[in-house]
Amino acid sequence: MTSTPPPSRPAGLRFGTRPAGSSGSAGLSSEARPAGLSPEPRPAGLRKRWLVAGVVAVLVALVAGVSLGPVSLPPGSVSAELLNLIPGVHLDSELSEREIAIVIELRLPRVVLGLLVGGLLALAGGCYQGVFRNPLADPYLLGVAAGAGLAVTAVIALGGVGRQGALTGLPVTIPLAAFAGSLLAVTMTYVLGAAGGRSRSPAMLILAGVAVSAFLSAGQTYLLQRHADSIQPVYSWLLGRLATAGWHDVLLVLPYAVLTTVVVLLHRRELDVLAVGDDEARSLGLHPQRSRYLLIAAASLGTAAAVSATGLIGFVGIIVPHTVRLLAGSSYRVILPLSLLFGAAFLALTDVVARTAAAPAEVPIGVVTALLGGPFFVLVLRTARRVLT
Amino acid sequence: MSPEPVTGAGVPAVEVRELHVSLDGTRILAGVDLTVAAGEWVTVIGPNGAGKSTLLRAVGGLLPAPGAITLFGTPSAALRRRDRARVVATVAQSPVVPPGMSVLDYVLLGRTPYIPPLGRESAADVAAVHEVLDRLDLTGFHRRELATLSGGERQRVFLARALAQGATLLLLDEPTSALDIGHQQEVLELVDQLRREHGLTVLATMHDLSLAGEYADRMVLIADGRVVASGTPHEVLTEHLLATHYRASVRVVPGAHGPLVVPVRPRP
Repeated sequence: MTSTPPPSRPAGLRFGTRPAGSSGSAGLSSEARPAGLSPEPRPAGLRKRWLVAGVVAVLVALVAGVSLGPVSLPPGSVSAELLNLIPGVHLDSELSEREIAIVIELRLPRVVLGLLVGGLLALAGGCYQGVFRNPLADPYLLGVAAGAGLAVTAVIALGGVGRQGALTGLPVTIPLAAFAGSLLAVTMTYVLGAAGGRSRSPAMLILAGVAVSAFLSAGQTYLLQRHADSIQPVYSWLLGRLATAGWHDVLLVLPYAVLTTVVVLLHRRELDVLAVGDDEARSLGLHPQRSRYLLIAAASLGTAAAVSATGLIGFVGIIVPHTVRLLAGSSYRVILPLSLLFGAAFLALTDVVARTAAAPAEVPIGVVTALLGGPFFVLVLRTARRVLT
Repeated sequence: MSPEPVTGAGVPAVEVRELHVSLDGTRILAGVDLTVAAGEWVTVIGPNGAGKSTLLRAVGGLLPAPGAITLFGTPSAALRRRDRARVVATVAQSPVVPPGMSVLDYVLLGRTPYIPPLGRESAADVAAVHEVLDRLDLTGFHRRELATLSGGERQRVFLARALAQGATLLLLDEPTSALDIGHQQEVLELVDQLRREHGLTVLATMHDLSLAGEYADRMVLIADGRVVASGTPHEVLTEHLLATHYRASVRVVPGAHGPLVVPVRPRP
C-alpha cells in the first residue's frame, strides 16, 4: 500500500462503510479503530506470562530433580546450593560435604542432561512439524532417532567402544556418527515419502518414516547379533543413559544443543510463513526449500545429540509441542521457544518419576515417556484426522 | 510505505516474450507473448488445462522462466526474491488456510519481504496491516481464525495479504471461483477500486467469461499453451472464438461494460 492516497478517489465506488479519505493516511490505524475494540490486537508472539511459566517450570524441574532420589534432600537447601554455583553467591545450605557431592557430582549433571535432551527433542519435534507441515512429525516417527541409533550401535559394535563393560563417558565420535545416521534416515524418509508423487501427503511421510525406522532397526539388530559382545553396552545406552550421566556427557551435548537451538529459534517466523505453503512462501520472497533443508539438518543434529547422550526416549517431540500449541497458540514463534522450555522441564520431571516410581529400582525413562506418549498420540491422531485425509 | 517500484512512463508492468514452460515433460506453454500496461486490468481466459495458471505462476516468479519475463522494465530473473515480492503479489486459486492462524497474523505474512531475514515485524509493518484491514472492512476480524471465516470474508483476507505486500502488480488466479454471485461482484469491485486508488496493475485468470468481460480492460484467450486471441472484451468474447477454443455453444449479447456470454444448448 502506498502511504498517500491519490487525490482523485471516485466517491461513488466506495466499498467500505468508513468515510472516504480516512483509509489512506499513515499510522491512522490505532486512532481510527472504534474504542470498543481496544486493547490493540497484537500479532502472534511469545507472551511474557508464558515465557515466565516456562522458566519457572524449568527451575521447578531442576530443584525437584536434584532434591528427589534415594536420599531426599530439602528443596530449600538444594536451591541454596544451586545458587552457590553462581559466582559471587555464598549461601549456607546446611548440607554436609557428602550431600553437596551428591548434588553437584551425581544429581545435577543428570538433571541438566535431562533438561537439555528434553528441550532438544521437543524443539526438534516442533521444528519437524513445521517443516513438514505435519502434526505427526516427530524425531521417532520420522525414523531420525532410529538412524542415530543405528549409527551409534555401529560405532560401539564395530569400534569396540565399551566392550570391557558398561559404557561410561561418551566418546566424541558418537554424536557425530549419530548426526550422520539421523541425516541419512531423514533423507530416506523424505525421499520415500515423496515417492507417492506431487501430492506428498502427511500420512505418506509418516508411513515412510515407519518403514525407514523398521529398516534401520533391522540393521541395528543384525549388527548386534554379529557382535554379541556389544549387546550389553548398546542396551545400557539404548534404554536411556541418564542414570549414569556425568558432566562429561553434558559438555559433549551442549555445543550441539546450542547450535540447534540457535538455528531453529532464528527461523521461527519463517516456519510460520512455510505454514501457508511453498508457493506462498516463495512469492513472499523466501527460499522455502533452502530453509527446509537447513531446519531439517538443525533438528536432526539436535535429535542426534539427544539420542547419543541418552539413548532412545520417544514421544517428547509429540507430547510437548502439541500441548504448547493447544495452550499457548499455534504460531511457531510461540511453539518453538516454549517447547524448548517445557520439553526440558517435562523430561527432567519424567526422570524423577522414572527413578522414584519403582524405587529402589529405576524404570527406564524411555518406558515412562512411551507410556505417556502412546495415549497422547491417539489424541493427536484424532485431532489431526482432518489434516491427514 | 513501500519503496516505489521502477515505473518509468510507458514501461509496461509485465512483458512476456516467447514463454515456454514444460512440467514433467509435458509442454504447458508454447511461446506465449503478453504485455500488460501499468494500471491495466488484463484477464486471461481459456479452457481447462490451457495453461492460464502456469502463465500466472511464471509471471509471479514461481516457475523458472529465464529471459522470458520482464517486470516494470527489469528482467524478472534479475530480481532478488525479496525485491520481486515487493513488486508482484499473487493470490493463488485456493491458498492454504493454516489451522489456528488469526487474520492479523495471516495478513502480516504479507509484510515478509520488508522484514529482515530472521528478524521480526516492526510497528510500521503492523500499522500497514491494520491500514489494509481497515480498508477492506476487516477491522473487526483481527483475532478471528482464518479457518472460521466464510468464503467471501476469506477471499478478502487473501486479498489483504497481497495488498500488505505493497506490490503494484496483483496476480489473481481465479479470484472468484469459490464465491457466490454477490461475493464475486463484491471482490471484483473491491479489486477495481483498489486498482484505481493505488494505481495497481491486475493480471487475472477467470472462468466466468461474462464476469471477466465486465471488469477487464483487455482479455487474452489462450488455448493449448498459445495465445489465440487478445484485445478488448468485445474482440475476444465472440461466438466464433469461444466455439472454436472452448467447443462451447454460446450467444454473446451486449452488456453494461463487456459483452455477456450466455451458454445455449446446441441444436441437434
